[in-house]
Amino acid sequence: MAETISMPKLGFDMAEGTLVRWVKNEGENVNKGDVLAEIETDKATVEVESSASGVVRKLLVQEGSVVPVGDPIAVVGSADEKIEETPAKAVEPKTEKKTDEAKGEEIKAETEEERGKKKEEAAPQPKPEAAPAPEAAALTEEGPIKASPLAKKIARDKNVDLWQVQGSGPGGRVVRKDVEAALSAGPQTTDRRPQAVVRGPSSMVTATAEDETVQLTKLRQAIARRMTESTTSVPHFYVTHEYKMDALMAMRRQINEYLGEDEKISVNDFIIKGVALTLREFPNLNASFAGDKVIRHGAVNVGVAVAVEGGLLTVVNRNTDQQPLRALSADVKRMVAGARAGKVKPDDIQGSTFSISNMGMFDVENFAAIINPPEAGILAVGSAREVPVVEDGEVRVGWRMKATISVDHRVSDGAEAAQFMQKLAEFLENPVRMLV
Amino acid sequence: MAKITMREAISQALMEEMDRDPAVFILGEEVGVWGGTYAVTKGFYDKYGPDRIMDTPIAENAIVGAAIGAAMVGQRPIAELMTINFAFSAMDYIVNQAPKLHYMFGGQFRVPLVIRAVGGGGRQLGATHSQTPDAIFAHFPGLKVVSPGTPEDAKGLLKSSIRSDDPVLFIEHATMYQVRGEVPDGEYLIPIGQSKVQRAGRDVTVVTYSKGLELSMKAAEELAKDGIEAEIVDLRTLRPLDMGPVLESFRKTNRAVIVEEGWKSYGVGSEVGSRIYEEAFDYVDAPIIRVAQKEVPLPYNRTLEQAALPQVPDIVAAVKEVLK
Repeated sequence: MAETISMPKLGFDMAEGTLVRWVKNEGENVNKGDVLAEIETDKATVEVESSASGVVRKLLVQEGSVVPVGDPIAVVGSADEKIEETPAKAVEPKTEKKTDEAKGEEIKAETEEERGKKKEEAAPQPKPEAAPAPEAAALTEEGPIKASPLAKKIARDKNVDLWQVQGSGPGGRVVRKDVEAALSAGPQTTDRRPQAVVRGPSSMVTATAEDETVQLTKLRQAIARRMTESTTSVPHFYVTHEYKMDALMAMRRQINEYLGEDEKISVNDFIIKGVALTLREFPNLNASFAGDKVIRHGAVNVGVAVAVEGGLLTVVNRNTDQQPLRALSADVKRMVAGARAGKVKPDDIQGSTFSISNMGMFDVENFAAIINPPEAGILAVGSAREVPVVEDGEVRVGWRMKATISVDHRVSDGAEAAQFMQKLAEFLENPVRMLV
Repeated sequence: MAKITMREAISQALMEEMDRDPAVFILGEEVGVWGGTYAVTKGFYDKYGPDRIMDTPIAENAIVGAAIGAAMVGQRPIAELMTINFAFSAMDYIVNQAPKLHYMFGGQFRVPLVIRAVGGGGRQLGATHSQTPDAIFAHFPGLKVVSPGTPEDAKGLLKSSIRSDDPVLFIEHATMYQVRGEVPDGEYLIPIGQSKVQRAGRDVTVVTYSKGLELSMKAAEELAKDGIEAEIVDLRTLRPLDMGPVLESFRKTNRAVIVEEGWKSYGVGSEVGSRIYEEAFDYVDAPIIRVAQKEVPLPYNRTLEQAALPQVPDIVAAVKEVLK
């Protein structure tokens, strides 16, 4: 039986993904689990694995296509099997929104050519530049605009550019009255057309004082959207606590003596573990706000913010409270490496129930993080540093680290957050507790 | 202009035609001595006698079959089916014989037959006796299907049906016999196959017929309070379907709601909607919405029955939705 591979849903709010690259071509053998394609979602470029073994019989969408979640992208079957002609649904390539990283250029060059061909066949419109010229502003491909047939006809007859018209119908559909309003209002300035990467000749010239317009990557767009959503809809409050890190630093040194260079446990690994164990005792903070209720998650899955080119990703360690420190550390290392290489598995970036953002490596004393919705909290971790401390009436040198928890005030209150931070201290200041 | 009920209008049409043409006769269950299940032929038996008002056994296939035979030899029978649900017992005669005899025998026979059938739900008659299967019958070329929504139309269309040389299924709604409306004085005919604008409006086209007309008129009154003027086009005849007034209205309003009592799937709304898309695509400003019966056998329980049938608030909501 031939199996249809569909665009996977790689996040709770993912509606579509861009098929960036086919890893397998038609006719190639695949095993279940082999990487079939690379997909760019809002969050990252991820690899899509084949859910069947056999021969790639058909690739249903072009590279560069934006495909709705659940739509078929490929058919895997046996070599001699008869395959039904499955019409690919959304094969409208959208405008590339990549930065000028080298890899992006390569891909763009390919898809652009194809796009040029496709468009030529599709409609007698001016052909876009097919060559991947450095001034790639020629990407004028327009996805289908949402407008009623009547609105389209009026626009055609009256020579109105529908991209300039704001739609008032369901889902932003442009309807008759919108076009008529646009006609009576005269020339508009708002262009809803997907913007191409605009790099004028000026940016090629060094040492000019001119502004540069950098188009947002999908990742940057997602960050912008989600962080705006978080700060505008989630009431944050913050609690900062200082932790005595002497014991933890000593234990870490001791443990790492026995571990290879690529296995060493980081301070952050201890913090992840400590947070997970603390969350187990504070189920209300391992939760999501959901309108008229709070969902307390059964699993403690700690997300770890990772800085990547052009943004950040949260990789997720699962059942963190139950994982031995070494396994946890290895898992996080693997995911961080994947994220930085631009290739993560869907499972690695979804399902976190609480997040940690650690900027300790940048010599940061303390900072506050924005909650990653729908989580109820995030812990912002500063650097562990040697500072003068007062103990038993004497000034000594001690390891201290500050951390600030941001909490959704709809879910929890200051006292609970403060108690959480105290409980966390029991683990971080007596790290042996995390080993037993 | 006299204001009379739907029942009186139908009764008048029958009587006028029986007086006019001795070939016209009525047959059916309880049409004679009892005066008709819905009292449409009350007094007919005394006036016309058993030769022209024939009580039949409870056998719809026999009723329609005998009527077809009579029609083929020059009579103008009016077969009454107590409910359209019983038409299924006579399905072969209704869709396979009556509409095809003229065609298959080279025009040697005509079948000037009227089948009057009572359709529709809302009277707690249970799932098998409350259906609105109009679309099924309108599917067959050769069979005219008429279903009026006002006394005036009922009278004028029934008289035209009786005079038609082709078989006509004339569907009356079970809950509309008491509906009153003005009817012209004197004799008049309304041609089969003409839709009519029953209410003028500028904002949205509501296409409907039969019971749907009554509901849509009430909905239009509600909508008018919000400043929405619905134009209501009454199909009156499902086959042949006259799309002229529908398209004319739609080209003006660009938005349509189609209201029918039958089920949505494969229904009248599907047909009318498709034709609008086919013939007025460039005038479409919003997806057309169909209001119809819920896709369940009609429940007996009164509350559930009313919930399953299309109601005025459904139409109001649909119009507001289509105007978004």
